[in-house]
Amino acid sequence: MARSAKQINNAPGIAAATFVVVAVLLAFVGIGLRVDALSGLGPAEWQAIRFTILQSLLSAFLSCALAVPVARALARRRFWGRTFLITLLGAPFILPVIVAMLGLLAIFGRSGVFNDILAMLGIAKISIYGLQGVVLAHVFFNLPLAIRLLVQGWQGVPAERFRLSAQLGIGPGMMFRLIELPLLLRILPGAFALIFVICLTSFAVALTLGGGPRATTIELAIYQAFRFDFNLGRAGLLSLVQLFVAGGAALLAFCLVPSISFGGGMDRMQCRWDGQQGRGAKILDNAFICVAAVFLILPLLAILTSGLRGLVEVPLIVWSSAWTSLWVALLSVLVLLGVALPMAGWIASSGNGRMEIIGLLGLSISPLMIGTGWFILIYPYANPADWALLVTIAVNAMMALPFALRILVPSIRDTIQAYGRLSSALGISGFAMWRCVLLLRSRPQIGFAAGLTAALSVGDLGVIALFGDPDRSTLPLQMYRLMGSYRTDAAAGAALILLLLAFGLFWIMDYWGRRNAIAQ
Amino acid sequence: MKYSTFAAGVLTASSAFAESPILTVYAGDYFTSEWGPGPVIEKGFEEICECDLQFSTGDLVPRLLLENKRTKADIVIGLTSDVTNKARSTELFAPHGQDNGALTLPIEWTDETFLPFNYGHTAFIYNETTMGTPPASFDALLAMPDDVQIVIQDPRTSLSGLALILWVDAVYGEKSADVWAQLAPKILTVTKDWSSSYGLFTDGEADMVLSYTTSPAYHMFAEDDFTKKAAIFSEGHYFMVETVGKIARTDQPELADAFMSYVMSEDFQTVIPTANWSLPSALPTDQWPEGWAQLPLPEKVLFYSEEKSTAVQESAIETWRAALSK
Amino acid sequence: MLLLNKIKIVQGAFSLKAHFEVDASQKIAIVGPSGAGKSTLVGAICGFIDLRAGQLMLAGRDITNVQPDVRDMAMLFQDNNLFPHLTIAQNVGLGIRPVMRLARDEIEQVHQALQRVGLTNFGARKPSELSGGQQSRAALARALVQSKSWMILDEPFAALGPALRSEMLDLVAEVANETKAGVMMVTHSPDDARRIADSVVFVADGVAQGPQATAGLLDNPPPALKAYLG
Repeated sequence: MARSAKQINNAPGIAAATFVVVAVLLAFVGIGLRVDALSGLGPAEWQAIRFTILQSLLSAFLSCALAVPVARALARRRFWGRTFLITLLGAPFILPVIVAMLGLLAIFGRSGVFNDILAMLGIAKISIYGLQGVVLAHVFFNLPLAIRLLVQGWQGVPAERFRLSAQLGIGPGMMFRLIELPLLLRILPGAFALIFVICLTSFAVALTLGGGPRATTIELAIYQAFRFDFNLGRAGLLSLVQLFVAGGAALLAFCLVPSISFGGGMDRMQCRWDGQQGRGAKILDNAFICVAAVFLILPLLAILTSGLRGLVEVPLIVWSSAWTSLWVALLSVLVLLGVALPMAGWIASSGNGRMEIIGLLGLSISPLMIGTGWFILIYPYANPADWALLVTIAVNAMMALPFALRILVPSIRDTIQAYGRLSSALGISGFAMWRCVLLLRSRPQIGFAAGLTAALSVGDLGVIALFGDPDRSTLPLQMYRLMGSYRTDAAAGAALILLLLAFGLFWIMDYWGRRNAIAQ
Repeated sequence: MKYSTFAAGVLTASSAFAESPILTVYAGDYFTSEWGPGPVIEKGFEEICECDLQFSTGDLVPRLLLENKRTKADIVIGLTSDVTNKARSTELFAPHGQDNGALTLPIEWTDETFLPFNYGHTAFIYNETTMGTPPASFDALLAMPDDVQIVIQDPRTSLSGLALILWVDAVYGEKSADVWAQLAPKILTVTKDWSSSYGLFTDGEADMVLSYTTSPAYHMFAEDDFTKKAAIFSEGHYFMVETVGKIARTDQPELADAFMSYVMSEDFQTVIPTANWSLPSALPTDQWPEGWAQLPLPEKVLFYSEEKSTAVQESAIETWRAALSK
Repeated sequence: MLLLNKIKIVQGAFSLKAHFEVDASQKIAIVGPSGAGKSTLVGAICGFIDLRAGQLMLAGRDITNVQPDVRDMAMLFQDNNLFPHLTIAQNVGLGIRPVMRLARDEIEQVHQALQRVGLTNFGARKPSELSGGQQSRAALARALVQSKSWMILDEPFAALGPALRSEMLDLVAEVANETKAGVMMVTHSPDDARRIADSVVFVADGVAQGPQATAGLLDNPPPALKAYLG
């Protein structure tokens, strides 16, 4: 491409990325202002760091590895309920941690369904508590996300490629090398980095399913340092460690991402031509889909049933806080799109995919530290309660940013590579490029990213620890309050409402994105 | 900087009237929930004070430490005995001005700055239907077979978890390490907070949970469920208390004092059991709500003073961590 | 007039030199063996590939560093000529202005262009619903509304059968005659060149030779060209 030919104006993207970096830096500045003494890290903390990295690596690796056969099976089979299942894959991810944990334990716990079945069969019970429990929980949360990213990628391969393969009689092995492996290389490293960071900042799940203090993570140490010891210095230091680990992993992962694209197609309905052959392959595919579906759906069902029981006991305020959560979520989506779209455009059109790491910044730092840092900066000048809303929305958007980027960047990159020349020839650039080409071609991805953001925002407690506003409360807060006052049934009911609201928003936005997109 | 621009859907319950003086009370989050004591107390106090009581929810001590001299709080309510040390170090509090002799606590309270408004004890809760013979002493608990599984909270992230550590230390002192070693196989898991633990217990995942002696009260009085009971130990239980304090530089000193008196009043105290599911600090047993006086409570109460608690905390937690990490 | 003034294009180990001029409203065919650099040459003329040396002049204006869309050229590529997510009318409309909604007279322009290429009622359809030949016509309709002084084609009809290809070439020639646009067309087939081209540029061995009259060149080809033609 000639030197000066640029499809998109990169300035908004760079501005958005700068905004994210500055926001995070501000938090650290705030914390730095109040640090009294800087102590080093003790052996307990190093142990926590080691464990954190280990469980994150395992969880991310397993999530990605298991996602591949399931995603391939889903991409090439057509069955009734397929679209719903793919959408449902978004659900485990958006559950609040404590709800998901109880659901998982209802199935895999000591007195769970799984162990009951084993007992019936005369096999000894399995204890979930330990490293295996932590990894299981993390895989439960993140496997669906990995599957969804891969399925999306699979469907991004133009149907013409498969038509060509069929015509040439390419067998599955060759198909893998020619089409599927490049696809995996494009998507998996980014997905791995993302899941790694998610698991890195995990806390409550790791502790409870890990069985005890052996399973201490960096996040727990930060929580303890801040809320219990009020040692900002140590909390800040640990946050930096977390940031470096996350950044390091992300950098490694993204260095593996090649800028391969598949060129354009005609958006024809995808018909996989390799999938028809071989009954063996078909059975295996179906087996993968079934096992994945059962693994993911059972805990959701447990949450559903206990939630239905408690629904009647849900106090009225839960419903009004649901409304608050709803519009906070919608605002968060707007902010997220305003930041993610320009950034994704910038990352996609520059040859260097590594800028996507900036998106991970918000996720690598615990919201606790961000909230604290900003609180310290805001407090001298304004009432933090007034800022609670803005801060919550900003944090929600920052949390969702890495997901949005991971979803949007590949598709925008593909579009630019396929249609960049045509756009350039027609003088379509800048805003027109977004309006006429990018937004429309990336509609499914935008819908998915928006849906994820909305769902995550609904389920997120935000930064209320310091920025509490007693008049406005969100749904997860009410749920935690119920849980904290013995009202476990009502809490389950609130959890169900939360799940339905989050999932409903997700489904609506995802559906909007997929509607009229021919290649689904 | 009120967000009147987000009027759509925003619940604007906060008073816009600047006529009545405002008493700002910092409280823990659970306190101001609809079913917590907050709303009743607010209503009760506003009736007698002709003022506007406004709660500000969120973390208590972190906020105070961060806000320091610029804090807008007049009253801080919900400080447990384990954090009063840190709260005191902010030098923001004035003497509470109430008579400690009027308190009906099982221990003698001498602190002039922080006034207890409710109390409870740590206890292991069990389900009568699954556990026929509960342990009657801590030793008995340790002697139970390993297939009895208990869930506890992490002392580094939960106040009740911390109370357990101090409880073990108070009962066993030097032998704590052995006690934890004995207890470790019975511990199913450790959770970040009380809610998760209790959820695991009510779901049947754990046989016993570390909670409070007043927990069965909720099940009995609110749910008509008489199966959940507290195991009362002969060695005694650790005393947990929540206090309220007055900020010295409050701009509403009369109101603040009035509130502190209100805390000791019968109106306030009778609300505590059913709204907070804990025991009132200044109410004789015969005035407790129906059924509460019959609640099984420990005879012996163990308690660490602020200094002792601070001195012992770190090593006790480390002992716990080392024993459970094997 | 389009002038290639001692231009040199370098891509990796490959390099191509050219120095010639073509008069306005001429129809030029660019022929040569595979890998000779025909598409590269055209890519450079359009502005997608940088020149290592030399200048491009169009009607006296130096367009060496000018963006592709303001070079007064309309381009048709081998593939991806149309946006699959837009209707034919929208695709053609992009040639007038890069927007999604056009003014009424512009819509009329689009309609007329579609009529001209024989796609009268196809405006509302999507490209995937059209055959290869129809897609080419749609792209041509867009070139029509663009009304540039040059049309650059890089084998856009390669996938069509012989009859259809001839039909499209004739259409291109007609449209070019009507709009007085020049045509530069990359093609593999000498018959295509004979059919509509006034002159032929032969690209081989790193050199694009100046245009020579079609009939003369193809009847008496120099050795390199003879080897190519067979």
